[in-house]
Amino acid sequence: MPEPQEPQAAATAPNSPDAGPAAGAAVPSQGAPVAVAVAEAGPAPGRPRSLWSDAWHDLRRRPSFVIPALIILLLLVIAVFPGWFTSASPRAADLTNHYLQKPQLTHFFSPEWLGYNQQGQSVYARIIYGTRASIVIGLSVTVLVMIFGSLVGMLAGYFGGWVDTVLSRLTDIFLGIPFLLGTMVILVSFDTRSEWTVTLALAFLGWTTIARVMRGSVIAVKQADYVAAARSLGAGTWRILMRHILPNAVAPVIVVGMVALGGYITAEAVLSFLGIGLSDPAISWGADINRAQERIRNAPHILLYPSILLSITILSFLMLGDAVRDALDPKLR
Amino acid sequence: MGRYVVRRLLQMIPVFIGATFIVFMMMYALPGDPVRALWGERAPDEAQMAALKADLGLDDPILLQYWHYLTGLLQGDFGTQISSRREVIDVIGDALPATIRLTVLAFTITVVVGIGLGLIAGLRAGGKTDGLILFVTLLLISVPVFVIGYLYQTYLGVKWDLIKPTVQDSEDWGQLLLPALVLASLSLAYVARLTRTSIVENRRADYMRTAKAKGLSARRAVTVHLLRNSLIPVVTFLGVDLGNLATGAIVTEGIFNIHGIGNTVFHALNSREGSTVVGIVTFIILVYLVVTLIVDLLYAVLDPRIRYA
Repeated sequence: MPEPQEPQAAATAPNSPDAGPAAGAAVPSQGAPVAVAVAEAGPAPGRPRSLWSDAWHDLRRRPSFVIPALIILLLLVIAVFPGWFTSASPRAADLTNHYLQKPQLTHFFSPEWLGYNQQGQSVYARIIYGTRASIVIGLSVTVLVMIFGSLVGMLAGYFGGWVDTVLSRLTDIFLGIPFLLGTMVILVSFDTRSEWTVTLALAFLGWTTIARVMRGSVIAVKQADYVAAARSLGAGTWRILMRHILPNAVAPVIVVGMVALGGYITAEAVLSFLGIGLSDPAISWGADINRAQERIRNAPHILLYPSILLSITILSFLMLGDAVRDALDPKLR
Repeated sequence: MGRYVVRRLLQMIPVFIGATFIVFMMMYALPGDPVRALWGERAPDEAQMAALKADLGLDDPILLQYWHYLTGLLQGDFGTQISSRREVIDVIGDALPATIRLTVLAFTITVVVGIGLGLIAGLRAGGKTDGLILFVTLLLISVPVFVIGYLYQTYLGVKWDLIKPTVQDSEDWGQLLLPALVLASLSLAYVARLTRTSIVENRRADYMRTAKAKGLSARRAVTVHLLRNSLIPVVTFLGVDLGNLATGAIVTEGIFNIHGIGNTVFHALNSREGSTVVGIVTFIILVYLVVTLIVDLLYAVLDPRIRYA
């Protein structure tokens, strides 16, 4: 059965230059120019640069990596220490601050900077404190999905046979459930939904793509000579999986995971927008945008600013994922 | 070919059973009581509630309930709505035409504009047009669909008065144009980027050099050789995407108030209408499975090297 995404994603794996001393001879023809280039540019002739340090070398001078990375760093700081960025409380509601007042765009970082919402809460404080939910959910869903998806994919790809059949069918089953609708079905039955409820619901249905990519990647890697060498030296299955297969198969998975992170942040916002995501008193951009929609005609600022920050966040994660993929995929150089 | 189709159909059975089973479990094993919800704020009549539950088969063990549901499905019975006692299949039938029209329109926009943009960008890779298209599509991907919905509605619909901002009559294609644009914008961006990547990869392929060497016009080489070979990953994405459009329509149908599948399933979810939700999700899973099969068969049409034994 043709699955064009798999071989493409898997193609990055066997070109890894750190595949051991035998790799120089074993690199497939298309990877050869890369290996040569690495050897020439490398600092010390003795030790060739690994795929990761090579990618890092390439990435840190690219604006398409540095700019989103800096934005994400700032978002992380905001998520951990929101109090550093605003003195206003996001929940303090003072109806004398009417939502029809125009935002004071010159009063930087003050509570009235981006105006007030219908409850007289500072829109600026709301978006600052809303950062945490998006970041926490995005990151923790990605981590959970990577761990579980990689495990399933690795076992299916390495052992093959009936293990592969069972795990692949399981993946197909979960892939058949519509993602957003499925999480809605789970979440609607909880009366209060915290970050963890939403995270678990998204992760429950989200691991399938990673499992598929990992399976393809492991199948491509497990035939390598260094795996046979490790086995003939008497290494156990667990050791082969963790020390030899995983490091060489993980690159495409990381790329898919980084791009998916932006998608999970979107999913959280959409769920909260529909009223099935985070519930009060949690502060979420999606829920705030939902409440702002009824006043979109006369007070668009309540909807505009959380939307802008949400979009910038998703954009940054997507650009970061794209840049990392380009750096890890030798075919695109 | 025939054997391949049969094998794929057989493989679909466990996937279908597994997926519907999980959705069924999620809907019924989790807290929330649709029969109790019929009374709303009022105190329910215990005897009446018990009778209703027994009548609907909600007292049976959950596995038995699923068995009844599955055997019903085989006879074309998607279940009965709890509140209105209507057949779920009728509810789907009512909502489906609007969603199909919306999906067809959105899908057409996605294919035409997405592949067009991807082709333009891919042929001019590295240039200014390419950069612009890449940036705009990245923007479309990162702005959530509900924000795009309000932006289009406010600007295209109200301020510039180009398209009708709301849908009063879902049979009027002109009114559906705006929601279809919103629904299409995300997939369009993905299709454009996928097509571009694929074109860039294949542009220097041997068959392109051969085509040029034997004197084909650039136009013919691109449309007949390059595009056809580059479309395989795009078709994969389009297939998955078509299966997901009904879910994507939840937000769009909500914003523009279209009475379609998305809106129906959303209201059913909020009122814990278990049988309606499970029925509609089952229907969506079926659509998804059929579409993925068609996509796999399309590969062979696009690339004759792919053969199914």
